[in-house]
Amino acid sequence: MIPPSLKIAGAVVFALVLLAGVPLVLNATGRFDLYYTLTLISLLAIASAGVWITFYIGRINIGQAAYALIGGYASAILVTGYGWSFWLTIPAAGLVAAAVAVVIGLPILRLRGVYFAMVTLVSTEVARLTALALPITNGAKGMVSLPLPGPIAIGPLTIVPDFSTLDNPRVAFYLLSVIVMLLAFAGVYRLVHSRIGRLFVALQQNEELASSMGVNIAGLRIIAYAISSFLGGITGAIFSAVSQSVYPSSFTTADSINFMLNCFLGGLGYVFGPLVGTFVLRFGWELLFQMAQFQLLIYAAVLIALMLVLPNGILSLIDLRGRKAAR
Amino acid sequence: MEQVIVNGLYLGAQYALIALGLTLIFALMNVLNFAHGQMYVLGGFVTYTVYGQFHLPFVLALLCSAVTLAILGALIEKFLFRPVIRRSKREESTMLLAAAIAFLFDAVILLVFGEKQRGVPKIVNGILNTGTIVIPYDKIVVGVLAVLIIAAFMAFMQFSRTGRAMRALAQDRQAAQLMGVNVHRYSMIGFALGALLAGVVGGLLVTIVGVNSGIGGPISTKAFMMVMIGGAGVVGGAIAGGFILGMLEAVGLSVLHSYGDITYLVIFASLMVFLSVRPNGLMGKPWG
Repeated sequence: MIPPSLKIAGAVVFALVLLAGVPLVLNATGRFDLYYTLTLISLLAIASAGVWITFYIGRINIGQAAYALIGGYASAILVTGYGWSFWLTIPAAGLVAAAVAVVIGLPILRLRGVYFAMVTLVSTEVARLTALALPITNGAKGMVSLPLPGPIAIGPLTIVPDFSTLDNPRVAFYLLSVIVMLLAFAGVYRLVHSRIGRLFVALQQNEELASSMGVNIAGLRIIAYAISSFLGGITGAIFSAVSQSVYPSSFTTADSINFMLNCFLGGLGYVFGPLVGTFVLRFGWELLFQMAQFQLLIYAAVLIALMLVLPNGILSLIDLRGRKAAR
Repeated sequence: MEQVIVNGLYLGAQYALIALGLTLIFALMNVLNFAHGQMYVLGGFVTYTVYGQFHLPFVLALLCSAVTLAILGALIEKFLFRPVIRRSKREESTMLLAAAIAFLFDAVILLVFGEKQRGVPKIVNGILNTGTIVIPYDKIVVGVLAVLIIAAFMAFMQFSRTGRAMRALAQDRQAAQLMGVNVHRYSMIGFALGALLAGVVGGLLVTIVGVNSGIGGPISTKAFMMVMIGGAGVVGGAIAGGFILGMLEAVGLSVLHSYGDITYLVIFASLMVFLSVRPNGLMGKPWG
């Protein structure tokens, strides 16, 4: 068991590396293009963390792209249609996604196994087709030229400057994404180690047994699914600001499947599995870009190989070394 | 209206055949085969090559599709799924493997056959026109072939020794093993048979709609829907689901087309409502 002080120290070092170390290195080497990649990885990791929570209660969620899409549109509509500040739309988009998740989750969380997996897969398509059909989402044209995030100021004190005044908004987006990601993972870590987290494990292992012990399984499932979708929603909101647009095809079935793969690859038994999985998969994908037409082939082959060597995820390496994993 | 029903039946026969393979693999191994659509595409391209490029008889081409996919399916089961199922802590891990195989197939198909839409010469020329119904002869041939294959498959499952073993495996893996069924062998045969069915539909449909490397994913999604409607892991359910989806599509396209492209939105939405009432589909077994 790793002592708590070491864990906190590790978390602080990790945060410092991401927030200070990475920008220093990137500025020194002039690889500004990597900011965008890392921003994307941070955002996708947030959504994957949401998927991971549904895995944690024993459900296979292939519908996260739907909530990311909902979040993206919610943020875009609130900013352009109602003149909200972008910063307020981040939690608002998460809440909208969570509200939708509660409504949809009430019936579909009764499903299990592949049935739940397939329904969530279909829900991604439903979200895409709805975005195409509704007038408020502007159909196939999507919502474009969204404004850059404005300033946050308390009285005369400017905490976050207006993004459009910055020389390089990429760095700002990177920092924003990383901070939200760190908060998200800290939140998930806290959740998993709370009383509710224990109950989630009970749900994962045996719902009937948990129910017979007086656990409100229906309520807990909804809570888990809502939190999961909340994370998907804020991912979508920030993504819409980063790309300054949102289309029905911004998040597709392929993204849903990738979120799931990130969790698997990192390891379903570890809170930081989705983070590791997203980083490895996404970064690997970008690295393979030079392979041109062989990119997908090599990527898929490596995935299969990883699965054969480490069927319980990359982080199961920790267990292999004989240490009890920091769950 | 008759035209719509005929279209629906024709689509349904194809769909049922796709769903059969998927549900068979699921019933035997609890694996959701994400690569099913890609197997369909591969079958289509094999027939395209043998029939369209080498100008060999269509039946031979169809056989080639079937054999290629059966061998691939058997190899995938033996060397990929079996070790992962054995070593993984959670059985959902097979989904990662299946998705990775789908990517791999996509990549290979794209590299070997390119991204162009491919078609082959008609197998039968001419159009049947009875006044109320207009349908090309080749569609009739393909539809009848599909129904025959479904019948043959069901007879095989019902009456052959292999079929009985697979049904036993689907019902209760452990009990089947205790009764002396060679679980590994029949899992492999089942996976090969499921892949074979996907390949055969691909080969059949390439003569009507052609094939291109990008349709694997959408086909998988459709197959999932059919299996959900009928109930996962049940042969009768897959057939019912295939015909129901075929009908819905045909009717939806003719009734809703004045409202724009919302047929699929309506189908998806009603599917979710349906599943919340009947979580295991029409006749599915409960899971987990």
